[in-house]
Amino acid sequence: MAEFLSLREAVSKHINDGDTVAMEGFTHLIPFAAGHEVIRQKKRDLTLIRMTPDLVYDQMIGAGCAKKLIFSWGGNPGVGSLHRLRDALENEWPNSIEILEHSHAAMACAYDAGAAGLPLAVLRGYIGSDLPKVNDQIKFIDCPFTGERLAAVRSVRPDVAVIHAQRADRNGNVLIEGIIGIQKEVVLAAKRSIVTVEEIVDDLNAGVNACVLPSWAITAIAEAPKGASPSYALGYYERDNAFYKEWDGIARDRETFQAWIKANVFEKGAE
Amino acid sequence: MSFEYTSSEMMSVTAARALTSEMTCFVGIGLPSEAANLARLTHAPDITLIYESGTLQTRPDVLPLSIGDGELCESALTTVSVPEMFRYWLQGGHVSVGFLGTAQIDRYANLNTTLIGDYRAPKVRLPGGGGAPEIATNAKEVFVTLKHSKRTFVKDVDFLTTVGFGRDGKARDNVPNIGRGPTIVITDLCILKPDPETKELVVQQLHPNVTREDVINATGWEIRFADELGTTPIPTAEELEILRSLKARTDAHHAGQH
Repeated sequence: MAEFLSLREAVSKHINDGDTVAMEGFTHLIPFAAGHEVIRQKKRDLTLIRMTPDLVYDQMIGAGCAKKLIFSWGGNPGVGSLHRLRDALENEWPNSIEILEHSHAAMACAYDAGAAGLPLAVLRGYIGSDLPKVNDQIKFIDCPFTGERLAAVRSVRPDVAVIHAQRADRNGNVLIEGIIGIQKEVVLAAKRSIVTVEEIVDDLNAGVNACVLPSWAITAIAEAPKGASPSYALGYYERDNAFYKEWDGIARDRETFQAWIKANVFEKGAE
Repeated sequence: MSFEYTSSEMMSVTAARALTSEMTCFVGIGLPSEAANLARLTHAPDITLIYESGTLQTRPDVLPLSIGDGELCESALTTVSVPEMFRYWLQGGHVSVGFLGTAQIDRYANLNTTLIGDYRAPKVRLPGGGGAPEIATNAKEVFVTLKHSKRTFVKDVDFLTTVGFGRDGKARDNVPNIGRGPTIVITDLCILKPDPETKELVVQQLHPNVTREDVINATGWEIRFADELGTTPIPTAEELEILRSLKARTDAHHAGQH
């Protein structure tokens, strides 16, 4: 059964220095509150996995939490670069960072395979691309039935999965609605999981085919209202697109970035 | 009758015209999204638009800033998980057109969205592959739209993120279960299509008031022109009005939230 914890306790108890951590949410339900708690607790040497690193990993990389990033699209959607990620890659600031990059299809398959307990995922992918030349986790295999050459990637099996969801009931069952992305797969693929939620309710009111994670498949739940902002939670608040645009200016410069982190992360405690 | 329009509007309108109501289009963010929604709001009302966030058959009223804005989900027929999107709907063969933007394109229509310079010491780090590498091979065909310049139209891409026809034009030859690849490239200057034999991009149509020299000066290789070079029709008043009101709605929407 999932244990109800404060966000501070959940991060402190389940995320260790050096862990492989996947904080997912495909544009929607990005676990920003949890990411900020990781920054506040000064976790270090994390291998961060995320299809779209987004602002949350830009902030964590800039704050020095990461030693490695596994991803498939590292931009500020519709705006431009992730400047902290670029500064780490191009100038090793605040530290050098190793990367392993995939395509979305491959990462989605790798999470799916992780949830299915398999060591690899197979897809019709990477044909003609240079990505296999720079990522040794991409191989090609021959189908034993048809002989077709297919791509194989190692499955994703993180130490910790962190996601945000709309709500949990008092038994710790979690409902995820809207763009569900890779939320279910990452929790099932991980050894431990932290789910932050907008609210805890008596009844999930879930439809029969809704995306529900049972309490016994989750390690810890923490209530974190607006925990996905500036991304969004369908039914609660919209994506703060204006902030995504502002971030470009904040993150471009090391000093404005550090001032922003100090004022908005370190000087603000966990909710 | 003529209307004032910009080269960007010319590009969006021309890209939109490449789409029809019969198509199922996997839409990239940015210029492809603008063109695909313009098509839906003008001559192709029944086109099926799919975004990689899992939103199937979506009809956004404003253009999404990201690939997963709430607008896409709320106006979609249904929303599926990301693995389902890529495995069942794209790889499963349900997408007729993949519509992509890019930072660089080369003479064989290969796309680079990874980096400029050397992989281990990049001059400019770009976002990466995202959905494009598999959209380009699993969709039945691919449309590409981008602004034309020497920086974007290079002889050989620095990094081949997404295959057009490979470094030699032959990457799709004898590969089973692969789409036709890029069939049209729409820029702010012209329309290009691959040569049926060599797969090298050839200019088919110039936009109004664009000269051959303009295209030559904005292309990083010795660009070829079709024997019968056409001229793209100018945007209609209706196309311009719908495009402008779509963009005005979008700007107001994205600026208004905070």
